Amino acid sequence: MLRMSDVFLVGNGAGFSGDRVDAPIPVVRSLVARGLPAAMFFECLAERTIALAQIEKRRDPEAGYEPMLERLLEPILADCAGAGIPILGNFGAANPMAAARCVARLARRLGLPALRIGVVTGDDVSDAVDLAALPAHEADAGFDLSAWTLVSANAYIGAAPLAEALARGAQVVVAGRTSDPSLAIAPLMHHFGWAEDDWQALAQGAACGHLLECGSQVTGGVFWDPGCKDIPDPANIGFPIAEVGRDGSLVITKPEGTGGIVDLRVVKEQLLYELHDPAAYLTPDVVLDITGVTLDQAGPDRVALRGARGHARPDRLKVTACYEGSWLGEGEVSVAGPNALARARATADVLLARVRQRGLGRRARADLVGVSSVHDSDDGALWRGYDGPEPPEIRIRLAVESATRDDADQAAREALAMLCCGTAGTAGARWRVTPRILTRSFLVPREMVPTEVTVREARAWN
Amino acid sequence: MELTDVPLHAVAHSRAGDKGNRVNLSLMPYDPALYPLLAGQVTEARVLALFAHRGATRCTRHDLPLIHAFNFVIDDALEGGVNGSLNLDGHGKSLSFRLLALTVRVPASSLPARG
Repeated sequence: MLRMSDVFLVGNGAGFSGDRVDAPIPVVRSLVARGLPAAMFFECLAERTIALAQIEKRRDPEAGYEPMLERLLEPILADCAGAGIPILGNFGAANPMAAARCVARLARRLGLPALRIGVVTGDDVSDAVDLAALPAHEADAGFDLSAWTLVSANAYIGAAPLAEALARGAQVVVAGRTSDPSLAIAPLMHHFGWAEDDWQALAQGAACGHLLECGSQVTGGVFWDPGCKDIPDPANIGFPIAEVGRDGSLVITKPEGTGGIVDLRVVKEQLLYELHDPAAYLTPDVVLDITGVTLDQAGPDRVALRGARGHARPDRLKVTACYEGSWLGEGEVSVAGPNALARARATADVLLARVRQRGLGRRARADLVGVSSVHDSDDGALWRGYDGPEPPEIRIRLAVESATRDDADQAAREALAMLCCGTAGTAGARWRVTPRILTRSFLVPREMVPTEVTVREARAWN
Repeated sequence: MELTDVPLHAVAHSRAGDKGNRVNLSLMPYDPALYPLLAGQVTEARVLALFAHRGATRCTRHDLPLIHAFNFVIDDALEGGVNGSLNLDGHGKSLSFRLLALTVRVPASSLPARG
């Protein structure tokens, strides 16, 4: 029989930068009410989020961390501090020190000047590692990056430095790039005293982190398909909580009184999410093998996972580098009613012809939203071949990759011009220009990525 | 036994994930009894063909019989990947529903009743 003192709870408060900011509140309420040792983590860094943050930091040296940080932590910080629930997150993005100062200001404002805030740095290797000398591991395809400018290069840090910050008393641990599951593994390592080469225990932690790292995706988000896979109260999906046992048990659940669902279907979907070889899911802490995993519905909104296996961690760390060097121009207009399909096709062809004629883009694409877009190819194979019924409305979208901001803007404005030059009844133009970030990843020896842990009280972060 | 052609969506569910220019699509029948039938019909070649118009080059299917799941990994399906793509859905998150439109032939008795 498992004693409750041998159970540690891990709650997730965000699955990406842009997640629901009120999601952490019921999770923390549940953790506090249950009274078991627990931690909260926030995953806020998609592949290129850090590059966009780096661009922000160039504009303002105190920016470049998760813009919703204060909004996410304000309602829960005092409760977590009071209940001894540490908070970990990669919300430091490109500027963990500035993020720590933000948390410190918030803590002081909430009357918590003694709150211990830890920062893990060292993931930013843009100056330390000569990437040009390394072979690419994964890359956005078909691009010659020699003409591009490096914006950021960050290693996926493992759990050990995060656990060290906890060992030094940190109540909030701010990191930049970490491996997502490591944010959940670190408090487990710290609580259970797992060794860095206890592959079996770490596999349990990695499975926990992998299932929780996308927040509501394991409690009904991305899952619900009305009429087929319904979930209760989708406006208030409860974010996940894992119960991790010293004996290797792992149960996924969610706070009482929240929407969403935890059942075998949703857990299977998230278990395989962004996973390639199920025998070798690579994290900096352990290689996770889920081929022996079994799942059981252990109660309402409770799924137990068994059989995760661990293998020795990779000896190299993944570094993702982000480059800038081109611009994306997008423009859209709508048509509706009789003959909409013919008008939409003609509009798409004219937009592509205008971009070609003016030499504005390296690549261009047109979509007929309502006929075919997200499933289509750059050459519009699906909408060009479409012979189904006439849709009531179609939105025509032009997307152009250009070498300069001005070219991208001019290309996008071609959609605007269709308001007067286009087919009958063309309406609703919108256009925008955004910088394009390309990524390429490399594998680097661990010793090239030394990390540093700084822990100070809120009053001392200035 | 009476057989009927249905989209996979009638008997299975799926989720898409991405890494670089590669997409993975999980596939799970609602009824575990259909697992062998899907294993026979939802082949790597058929799934690759769904993404031929986007230049996909390879499809690998990993089978997870203990949880009655398949994981399809499709290379070069994202026209450059999340950042390089001009697609509105650079992540390919909507592509699970391209897989779910694939036709399979199943016993009529295996179709779930839907209200």
